[in-house]
Amino acid sequence: MIALTVNGSPQEVDLPGDMPLLWALREGLNLTGTKFGCGIASCGACTVLVDGVAEKSCQVALSDAAGKSITTIEGLGAPGALHALQAAWVKAQVAQCGYCQSGQIMRAAGLLAETPDPSDAEIDAAMESNLCRCGTYPRIRAAIKDAAQQMKGL
Amino acid sequence: MASLRKIARRSFLFGSLALAGGVAFGWWKYKTPYPNPLRPETGATLNAYVMIDEGGVTLVAPRAEMGQGIHTTLAALVAEEMDLELAAVKVIHGPASAAYFNAGALEEGAPFLPIDESWLASTVRDAMHVPGKFLGLQITGGSSSVIDAFDKMRLAGAAARAALVQAASGRLGVAAAELKTESGAVIAPDGTRLTYADLAVEAAGLALDQAPLPKPREAWRILGKSQPRVDMVAKVTGTAQFTADLRLPGMVFATARTNPGLGAGVKSFDDKAALAVPGVSHVVPIPGGLAVVASSTWAAFKGAEALVVDWEPAPYPDSAGVTEALKAAFDGEADSRNRDEGDVEAALTGELFEAEYSAPYLAHATMEPMTAAALVKDGALTVWSGNQLPTQILAVGAQITGLPQEAIEVETLLMGGGFGRRAEMDIVTQVVTLAKALEGRPVLLTWTREEDMTHDMYRPAALGRVRAKLEAGRVLAFDAGTVSSSVVAGFAGRMGYSVPGPDATIVQGLADQPYVFANHRVTGYRAPDMLPVGNWRSVGNSQNVFFGETAMDELAALAGSDPLSFRLDHLDHAPSRLVLETVAEMADWGAPRPGRALGVGFCIAFGVPSAQVIEVEMVEGRVRMTGAWAAVDVGLALDPSILEAQVTGAMIYGLSAAIRGEITVKGGAVEQATFWDYEPLRMPQIPPMQVRVLETMPRIRGIGEPGTPPAAPALGNAIFALTGQRLREMPFGRTFDFA
Repeated sequence: MIALTVNGSPQEVDLPGDMPLLWALREGLNLTGTKFGCGIASCGACTVLVDGVAEKSCQVALSDAAGKSITTIEGLGAPGALHALQAAWVKAQVAQCGYCQSGQIMRAAGLLAETPDPSDAEIDAAMESNLCRCGTYPRIRAAIKDAAQQMKGL
Repeated sequence: MASLRKIARRSFLFGSLALAGGVAFGWWKYKTPYPNPLRPETGATLNAYVMIDEGGVTLVAPRAEMGQGIHTTLAALVAEEMDLELAAVKVIHGPASAAYFNAGALEEGAPFLPIDESWLASTVRDAMHVPGKFLGLQITGGSSSVIDAFDKMRLAGAAARAALVQAASGRLGVAAAELKTESGAVIAPDGTRLTYADLAVEAAGLALDQAPLPKPREAWRILGKSQPRVDMVAKVTGTAQFTADLRLPGMVFATARTNPGLGAGVKSFDDKAALAVPGVSHVVPIPGGLAVVASSTWAAFKGAEALVVDWEPAPYPDSAGVTEALKAAFDGEADSRNRDEGDVEAALTGELFEAEYSAPYLAHATMEPMTAAALVKDGALTVWSGNQLPTQILAVGAQITGLPQEAIEVETLLMGGGFGRRAEMDIVTQVVTLAKALEGRPVLLTWTREEDMTHDMYRPAALGRVRAKLEAGRVLAFDAGTVSSSVVAGFAGRMGYSVPGPDATIVQGLADQPYVFANHRVTGYRAPDMLPVGNWRSVGNSQNVFFGETAMDELAALAGSDPLSFRLDHLDHAPSRLVLETVAEMADWGAPRPGRALGVGFCIAFGVPSAQVIEVEMVEGRVRMTGAWAAVDVGLALDPSILEAQVTGAMIYGLSAAIRGEITVKGGAVEQATFWDYEPLRMPQIPPMQVRVLETMPRIRGIGEPGTPPAAPALGNAIFALTGQRLREMPFGRTFDFA
């Protein structure tokens, strides 16, 4: 049994310690918002927050997540109660196929946690790790800037 | 104007297949509708697009939602006519059914220039809707969804509204003309309000006296205005359901490991190590290889890695052999010469411009690797799959299981990208084979990224050759040849269709362009089948517009002309001129920009004039894009925000390919395995972008693809303008480093 906190709830999972956190979330805890894209840290579709820091969950062994606090897209906000980033994403109508967007939003959440008012260059540098094949990059940029403004005002 | 005899002779693959089908079935049957496939458990269905029960209204948007926003626009067509709020309806893919045939998909096969608006061209394009119906293919592709749906789904909405109003009229004893509809209810003059849910069952039983007309554009509330996408909130909260997210009681997880030599089989295998991986339960032979079944996808991945397999050799050459085969095909017989104006041979004398261009194989590389699920149980098959061709799943499922198609259900889930890749049946074939072997158990099959990258149906490698003659600063003669394997033969062949005649996609983007040259010839050559090839966003346009538009730029330079005005000098098609003039204005073409330069690319693709300008600079020896502008003309803009997103995305897709996209073959296997060695553009590479959508074309057109083809030549031409170095080979990353 491995104990960790996921989206604020303590969890005990009976899965191999070397299983990547990605698969423990998706198939052990049925939190399917976190996506599998490549399994080798190249695409960022599996990005989650580990103790508040954006990490690619395909590279985090479940045993290394023991005792940590994990936030997935489901924990950031819900359809009826959107997080400021998700609201900005809706306002900018960012998603196309949507498959990479959980990872993009979690990466942006990691960025804003460290850098609440990022410059264009800081946004680009942080988001470089996350691929989008539909080409939503321009709207992602706009949404992050918008969310940063909204979150500052809170 | 072409004669009908000439059309018959010049018809391309899908065209000839289609026309033959139409004749065989007879026109009379065209009027007979397919039966409504909807069988709601509660409430009623008014037609194949509308279901109403106590929970509200569900609209069927029967085209694959793979990111292009089609569910929003298709639902808007029906919601507009029914006076429903888009936010208040549920939108689903619906079942796989011939009732959802795509009539628009074959228009592109009509043997006319896209700028030909003659009676004959329009009549034949319309006639293509007839065989589209007979083929009964529920296909998403060819930027055809709104072309097919624009009238059909508005009429479905109008008819549903009329039936609801008639039911209310009967119940209230008030003339239908006195009744209004608003937010899902019929309202009487005295304020009495009957909800659609209340009237649905009654309305479903009514026969309408006359077919209602759709609203005039002036009365639109939803159409023509940017709408919040119906899938947006789900996609930003992780609640949107992709195939990979399906979870069923008792479900097992699987992955596939098939021959890296596509199309070849297995000589022998040893699965002891695979079965020893904790969690792995079965190894099942599937076409071309093996599937590993486990208690988790991760265990299945580890099991697949542990398989020891002796593969049969691949039936196609390495990359060098591919180039040789393309060159050899250039010396062979022509596949098509659909464009032959003036006397090219006579005009091509004296000093000539000659150039050869090349484009490599490309993978689709959708963000979601191929994924599908299936269950065989109690004499029935269910397939869950994000797919661009769901009716074909019925055929494939029946063939593998021996079940009748009536015992097969297809649930189409959201797609993590498609770009043409999800019109293929490979993973469906695998998962149905697997489900049959595991009868009674639902199985979810997920490919690794490596399996996905190395088992695609690739954009064909292609070569282009242009010979031209300039006279007095204008093109006197333009003779273009292009060669590739046939996408249509490959795609249709994999579905079991044999299609005679030439392949229009080989010359698509070259033979159909609106440039006016006194002597103008385009010849297509068909290379043999090598690596499997398929439909890749914009299909033949993706390589041919690069060839043609680079040649135009080279000719402009030779003529000492500005590249943009040189193009305008050879265009008399008003919408084509307008997109070029618009994009020039947007980019401030002609303004001085020290250290930077602009390039332009233009085409008509899928009936959409599409022009792009890209600005570049050099930073420490590396090319950096600093601006990008696009103008398109879709005839009628249903949703400006979605249109802008599609053009932006399609352009970035084209730029990724232009800069880095390349699939090579060695030892019978594709060499690129994942995003590290087939790397799309990332955010820092993307310049500020602007899109403008025009509406001067006479017919509504779709926008999924037309933004892709001009991107590569616009970038290559900009790099030439900046550095003087001409790029005739893709990807450009072979020649320049990019920042």
